[in-house]
Amino acid sequence: MSRRVRIGIFLPALAGLGALLVWSYTGLPSFGDYQGPYGFIVNRIATPLRHMDNAVNATTYDIRGFDTLGEEFILFAAVIGVVLLLRDRGERDADEIEDDTGSDLIRVCGTLAIGAAVLVGLWLVAFGFVTPGGGFQGGVAVASGALLLYLVAGHREWSAFGNETLLDPIKGIGGGGYAVIGLAALVGGLAYLTNFFPGGVTGTVWSGGSAAFVNWAAGIEVAAALVILFAEFLQAYIVPIARSS
Amino acid sequence: MTLATLVPLQSVALALVALGAPAVVFSRDPLKMIVVNGLYGLSLVLLFVIYGAPDVGLSMLVVGTVAYPLVVLVAIARVRAREGDEEDDEE
Amino acid sequence: MSFLPYAVAAWVCLVGLYGIVTSRNLIHLALCLTVMQSSTYLLLLAIGYVKGGGPPIYKGVKLGTTSVDPVVQALTLTDIVVSVTVIALILALALDVHKRAGTVDPDEIKEMSG
Repeated sequence: MSRRVRIGIFLPALAGLGALLVWSYTGLPSFGDYQGPYGFIVNRIATPLRHMDNAVNATTYDIRGFDTLGEEFILFAAVIGVVLLLRDRGERDADEIEDDTGSDLIRVCGTLAIGAAVLVGLWLVAFGFVTPGGGFQGGVAVASGALLLYLVAGHREWSAFGNETLLDPIKGIGGGGYAVIGLAALVGGLAYLTNFFPGGVTGTVWSGGSAAFVNWAAGIEVAAALVILFAEFLQAYIVPIARSS
Repeated sequence: MTLATLVPLQSVALALVALGAPAVVFSRDPLKMIVVNGLYGLSLVLLFVIYGAPDVGLSMLVVGTVAYPLVVLVAIARVRAREGDEEDDEE
Repeated sequence: MSFLPYAVAAWVCLVGLYGIVTSRNLIHLALCLTVMQSSTYLLLLAIGYVKGGGPPIYKGVKLGTTSVDPVVQALTLTDIVVSVTVIALILALALDVHKRAGTVDPDEIKEMSG
């Protein structure tokens, strides 16, 4: 059917969907009037029982750690899909192109920025249970440091770092590590993914118990997955340019 | 932040988000779309922080600044490069 | 006033859906999908908001302060990072379509043959 007919059918349906959404949202408690008990309970027990200052990460990695396991595997599968789709994009003969930035100032500032990005990322992951942060945010920050490496140093230095034989095992360790740490709790007779030594010192790096390990596993996996993603996309971008130049 | 200052701030942030979404959808040029998407992401970060969700704001900030522009820019560049090749082939 | 956050969430969802249906470029379609995803984040955080509540971070905060719901924030922050990879997958599919059909306009893609 032509585009006009399609849009003509769609617009009343959109209006109907909008009316349905608004009508269903009026059934919710009014804004600010949170009633559910679960949030209040988590807020009350996060610090005394789990010794974690950051209730959000206590939920993500400890109390609802199973949901995060599912999200990790979505990440894993999506990156595998991207790698498979972009894989047959050509030869690895792109080492001859000279595309690093000629300016020394950019190179110096960029190198400092790479160090800053990786440090900030690692700090966010390590202090995930004390201040806002955690594995996911810190992993993306570390991956942004890797991307800066490509922007500053050009293709040759990047290709030494961004190849799959280095990064795939790291990603596997992250994702598989998450599942395996959960199994370790099973060995001790507790339920899967139970935090088996809670009760560190609140407010320091040592709080969190075994949830800190899954925090690091998530951070490693997110960082490796995003660097693989960048590598595949940049490969798809570089090779035609090399071929045509 | 007291309640008296919070409510106007929330309204302003919600208005920015409500204006940013049509701006992203109705910008047709792909390069312009990336910049507008970045600004929309920043308005979302502001709203998340005002809602008392700094973790979510941090997540949106790192993702919208680094990951989204990269993948969309590479896709656009790839499409344009191949269209340039096809024009060269036809000539 | 108390309905405004939900109204904005519904508005953003509808705008994103309109953008997806009327899109002329597969890359633009992927970005409209991110707009629709952000409407779900808005809804989740609006549900979890407690009036007068601060963020659920308790370092140096005295006992008895109200805080907003941390569970919806946990769901949202993992989803934001995972949605990047899903959008990258969609963009990789768009690049593949461009390689085979020569166009990124969804209206002009002919049916598969053979």
